[in-house]
Amino acid sequence: MTDARTIHDSHRFALTIERLCRHLIEEHGDFANSCLIGIQLGGVQLAERLHRRLRELGVTDLPFGKLDITFYRDDFRTKQGPLKAYPTEIEFLVEDRRVILVDDVLFSGRTVLSAMTALNHYGRPSAVELLVMVDRRFRRTLPIQANYRGLLVDTLTDEYVDVQWQETHGTDQILLLGS
Amino acid sequence: MASVQQLSTKHVLGIKYLTPADVELILDTAREFKEVINRPIKKVPSLRDITIANLFFENSTRTRISFELAEKRLSADTVNFSASSSSVKKGESLLDTVNNILAMKVDMVVMRHPAPGAHHFLSNKIDASIVNAGDGTHEHPTQALLDAYSMRDALGGELRGKRVCIFGDITHSRVALSNIFCLQRLGAHVRVCGPPTLIPKHIGSLGVEVSHDVQDSLAWCDVANVLRIQLERQDTKFIPSLREYNRYFGITKERIDRLDKPIVIMHPGPINRGVEIDTEVADSEHSIILQQVENGVAVRMSVLYLLAARRNDL
Repeated sequence: MTDARTIHDSHRFALTIERLCRHLIEEHGDFANSCLIGIQLGGVQLAERLHRRLRELGVTDLPFGKLDITFYRDDFRTKQGPLKAYPTEIEFLVEDRRVILVDDVLFSGRTVLSAMTALNHYGRPSAVELLVMVDRRFRRTLPIQANYRGLLVDTLTDEYVDVQWQETHGTDQILLLGS
Repeated sequence: MASVQQLSTKHVLGIKYLTPADVELILDTAREFKEVINRPIKKVPSLRDITIANLFFENSTRTRISFELAEKRLSADTVNFSASSSSVKKGESLLDTVNNILAMKVDMVVMRHPAPGAHHFLSNKIDASIVNAGDGTHEHPTQALLDAYSMRDALGGELRGKRVCIFGDITHSRVALSNIFCLQRLGAHVRVCGPPTLIPKHIGSLGVEVSHDVQDSLAWCDVANVLRIQLERQDTKFIPSLREYNRYFGITKERIDRLDKPIVIMHPGPINRGVEIDTEVADSEHSIILQQVENGVAVRMSVLYLLAARRNDL
């Protein structure tokens, strides 16, 4: 991969996580009817991090789930589409809940569209909100916007935004990779 | 980034033609499909633009329903065909029958046929992906895959180093051959056990142990996969009587009670209760026979999904 540039270092990364948690508390209060669902893979890591920090901030019984959308993708028969599925674990009913859907990067919006289709198979949420770490502005191909965003970036279509995690990469950071 | 891994083959004609990585990919993907079929809405849209023809030139209950459910849960369109009510009776050849069905824009074919190799023959003539749902006494790959999946489930993970014994009519069984290939790809030790007349003479060349002692084999194995005595495929007498078979080779309650270790009992169905397996054993806590049936849908979903994913780059 050529030309990797850090656009968010670990210090600012931690601040962003903190801000997103505070924003969620501001909107959801005691989270009485809310739940957090991460989209595999990157979204689950972000959701886990948020879940952990929210617990430290006193939000103790927020249901947390993982959603895999591989079987809902419309590009799985092209070479770009991933084929391997990861576990879906939603141990609670989403019926009439306020679902906070979490993904690491919002790009075309297709992943989120698939995730909403998948989510409907678990019940009818009262509302679905979207939280993303990185919003790649001006690159949407569907009318989908995030309610909570960590970082807004302007990118070219052939660039790639990589959100890296302490648990898997040794450090929290966001990289912009050239074409 | 998520990995793009796919099957090495366009058809699933037999386990013999799959690599160990293919088998692992199918079983791992099946695990996620098992979650899907336990949801309130047991359906995903993956194959919504795919049409699948189920061609059954031989009778089937379980396999046929299992494939049909798998297809429906993947949102595929399906057409069904059975030889007994078709133009095959009027003398149409296999290739003509299939080509006529494919002319109606069918993408995949699931076929059961009494002639070993029928699928192989077709795969050289047509473009659609073919899944073998049993060809004579040759292979029944999806049964072997669901057996392996069920064994992994029951034993809590890996099959490497585990011991599996296949009991019964090995000669006339396509399940036995597919099981042997599949288990070997997953690193398990395989033994076959049955009367000498029902075990092929050179089966040892496949790298399996041969035994004629049921009690010893039960003591040896972690999993006992019990096969049916296939009377419909036997044109001469291979065993003196069913009663005698039960006495000397049946998996009886008494034989299981004599073991002082856990054992997993499997049977691909249909069961002849009181012949190859006793009712008390088939319905005991050792038995995972009904789990096998449930897993069958998930494994078949996995096979169809992974084959559909290959269509575009061939």
